[in-house]
Amino acid sequence: MIKRVAIVGIGTTGFRPVTPDVSFRELIFEAARKAYTDAGMEPSEIDGFITTAEDFMEGYSIADEYCPDQIGAVLKPTQTIPGDFIQGMATGYMMIMTGAYRTIAIEAHSKASNMKNISELMGFAQDPVYNRPLRETPHAVAGLEMTRYLFESAASSEQCAQVVVKNKMNAMRNPYAAFGAEITEGDVLASEPVSLPLHRLDIAPHADGAVVAVLADEDTANTLCETPIWIEGIGWSTDTPTLEMRDWGEAAYARLSAEMAYRMAGIENPAALIDFAEICDEYSYKELQHMEALKLCMPGEAAYMLESGATSYQGELPINISGGARGVGHLFEASGAHKILELVEQLRGHAGARQIPDVNVGLAQVWRGVPTATGAVAILSNM
Amino acid sequence: MKLEDFELGGTHLKSSDFKQGKVLTTEWEPNLKYAWDNGVAIGRYLAELKAGRIIARICHKCDRIMLPPRMFCELCFRPTDEWMYVKDTGVINTFSIAKVNWDASRRGPKEPPLLPAVIEIDGASEGMGIMHMLGEVNPKDLKIGMKVKAVWKKPEDRTGSITDILYFKPVTAKRKTKTKAAPKAGGKR
Amino acid sequence: MGMRKVAIVGAGITKFVRRAQETGKELSWQASKMALESCDLTLDDIDMVTLGTAPDAFDGVHMKGEYLADGAGGIGKPYMRHFVGGGTGVFSPIHGWFHVASGMADICLVVAEEKMSTCHPHPAGAFLTIFDHTTEQPLMPTLIWIFALEMNRYMQTYGISKADIAQVSVKNKRNAMDHPSAQVAEKITVEDVLNSETLCWPVNRLDISPASDGAAAIVLASERVARRLTDKPVWIDGIGHSIDTAYWATRDLAYPRYVETAARMAYDMAGIKEPDKEIHIAEPYDPFDYKELHHMEGLMLCPRGKAAQLTADGVTARDGNMPICPSGGALGVGNPIAATGLMKIIEIFLQLRGEAGKRQVPGDPRCGLAQAGVDLMQMGTVVVMRS
Ligand SMILES: [Zn+2]
Repeated sequence: MIKRVAIVGIGTTGFRPVTPDVSFRELIFEAARKAYTDAGMEPSEIDGFITTAEDFMEGYSIADEYCPDQIGAVLKPTQTIPGDFIQGMATGYMMIMTGAYRTIAIEAHSKASNMKNISELMGFAQDPVYNRPLRETPHAVAGLEMTRYLFESAASSEQCAQVVVKNKMNAMRNPYAAFGAEITEGDVLASEPVSLPLHRLDIAPHADGAVVAVLADEDTANTLCETPIWIEGIGWSTDTPTLEMRDWGEAAYARLSAEMAYRMAGIENPAALIDFAEICDEYSYKELQHMEALKLCMPGEAAYMLESGATSYQGELPINISGGARGVGHLFEASGAHKILELVEQLRGHAGARQIPDVNVGLAQVWRGVPTATGAVAILSNM
Repeated sequence: MKLEDFELGGTHLKSSDFKQGKVLTTEWEPNLKYAWDNGVAIGRYLAELKAGRIIARICHKCDRIMLPPRMFCELCFRPTDEWMYVKDTGVINTFSIAKVNWDASRRGPKEPPLLPAVIEIDGASEGMGIMHMLGEVNPKDLKIGMKVKAVWKKPEDRTGSITDILYFKPVTAKRKTKTKAAPKAGGKR
Repeated sequence: MGMRKVAIVGAGITKFVRRAQETGKELSWQASKMALESCDLTLDDIDMVTLGTAPDAFDGVHMKGEYLADGAGGIGKPYMRHFVGGGTGVFSPIHGWFHVASGMADICLVVAEEKMSTCHPHPAGAFLTIFDHTTEQPLMPTLIWIFALEMNRYMQTYGISKADIAQVSVKNKRNAMDHPSAQVAEKITVEDVLNSETLCWPVNRLDISPASDGAAAIVLASERVARRLTDKPVWIDGIGHSIDTAYWATRDLAYPRYVETAARMAYDMAGIKEPDKEIHIAEPYDPFDYKELHHMEGLMLCPRGKAAQLTADGVTARDGNMPICPSGGALGVGNPIAATGLMKIIEIFLQLRGEAGKRQVPGDPRCGLAQAGVDLMQMGTVVVMRS
């Protein structure tokens, strides 16, 4: 039986607001070539491939058709997971655990700059009968949730703004990030009201970029590299798609995915065991809401933990040291990929100016964005 | 279990059910727009089409002359090496005589059929075909293996698109009778 | 090999119809509910759920896997969608197999749904955007073109006639008369096919499967659980999947190499050396009649260019030596893309259990295969099953 699965190679293009110089194929090729070189493998030696993509984000009816060439998967076992990279990674993890595949490559990319009306696109994901005719913008759905979360947790808009300040500051140390800046809480609150309590600066801007990672079983990983980054736990979950029925206060999908991942990793006290985390902050309040769902703090305590500095760059539990979605940009299906990239770089000790000293266990969490209640969690370690 | 032992779901609606208002409907026309980055390879391909030329890319490792051009070889998984012009002539690999438009609407009685084809371009590696249209040919005369040549738009009308080539026509069209230019695609996008 | 064995223990399906009153969620629920009832389980018993469904453009919902989650029974569970175009329905049990064979789940619900009628004025419109946005879409292509181009090349390469191919449509539509889900079952002749409207020569209307609404579901279980749930588990013994380059016009259109590579992977896993002898019954993907022949050849069930002759000889009939598409296939039962693939899996499941009713093939088949695929003539998915 296969016991463990590790990440043995990873490559990225970095993340930029626009990438007019390259096609999606050329963008992905760069990340894939780097990943395979990092893993010391050629794609011909890899047993299976996964692309994570959604049709309407690519602008194709069957985006799967366009997945093989740029990842070296021609005539290889290949599939598309219309989901986040971490869900793709979960599939890759399962494939290796079956014993039928030794190595799997997973690709995710964003060409957000090519989608010319993202708001319309996201609205197209709403229920066609119950919700769409109301013509609410996607951000309004997040506004509803933020109101309820602030009510239940007693966190404030000011505290949410501090998430933005922290993450954009963190991004200044991340060469992959496009949206690093030194701003203040006042700047966030003074920015354009979008769907109150959400302001413009509470919302992550979009970015382009690609990430490819290579997974391997334990034996292969140990022969391929000195520091395999082990997948200790992985979980994914979906709460109801019906807006009217979900619990707006807690992010149930994050709690359920975390419980699954913790169970697999044998983690009983995540707050004590996890050294750092990259969690979804597509909207500022989401970082706080997700911290609670992930049991990194008690319910209602995330904002205090933030204010205490515990989640800052030098705190006890740094959160979104990469800059998160606020600092790097929202990457659609590649959102989880950028978080996994950050975990791998930190756990390998390759994070340069933003390296956290002595880290062994990291957590990545992602949410698929409005109107979904779907998310995934991965726990990686270097031991 | 036997399927026959279950009452299967799935209730068939007839057109009359809609006309008589037996079912209510909700309509939605998505307004999605994309502006895809052409990138290096296709960007150059389109620029060359505008100039009336077809350009390919060579991989020195597998020695393929590839069309459409690409900046990386998907088989060798390395960057490709150089550009090469190929001819605007080729051979019909396969063709169809299409009486429906893209949206499944039928071509009108006066509209001639569309003639899509896969054309293997001369000068590219064997089997390197592109999809394009045929014209100036009687559909009855079409054969796999037929030699064809591109008919280009006038230089001032070209936009840097695959449609800068209007269609391909047989190189040795002996009968010059009533053959027409490639018909226009129908259907409202 | 030390791999965990995985069995199919239950199945559910809806009727396939041109336009269903039910929403996609409701169709998914109907199929899932039937699958659970067929093996005396409830949703509480299900560890994980995976959903197969093809283009979002059909159902008219972006991220439709999320939209369908409640209908598919995925709420509060690890739930994921997989998507490999036309190959999706046969990939569904493969993705489910990953869940159970890996040890992540003991029982996995696998659902496949398609509601094509939502797309107006015709679902064919959704296919314009399967072509390359820059180098092909400006020519305003339709889906039938690519099949017509491939069919013409296939006919020319092997000297096969339209009449040879039409026999497939006749056979499958007749087989479907015994399938309770069938949408376009009828008794027709080769002449009927040849005289039906020419859409894109060489493709006539009766060469093509219809657009459909429908859903199907199966329950997969680990060996220990399967033996507890049923006396007749059907084992997934081999899985294979493969995708060829997206530059479809640069490939040999006469032969589906993508099916061969997928089939070799599945045969290796199942220990099959001589597929034409060891596979008793097969459900290859037949969205167009020539595709059944094309795919039989890719599956190495017969030599290249010889599938039409086998059909003419009656070998592929329900009572022939190698029954092909005894369900009635996409041509007869209907073609709600992802649900069609899973319908084929269910047909093999029932045939191997001897529970296919009037469709039961003679000779107590022990080993069967289902295959789907296509995308831009490039995707192959294969599952080998044994009783
Ligand atoms: Zn090469």
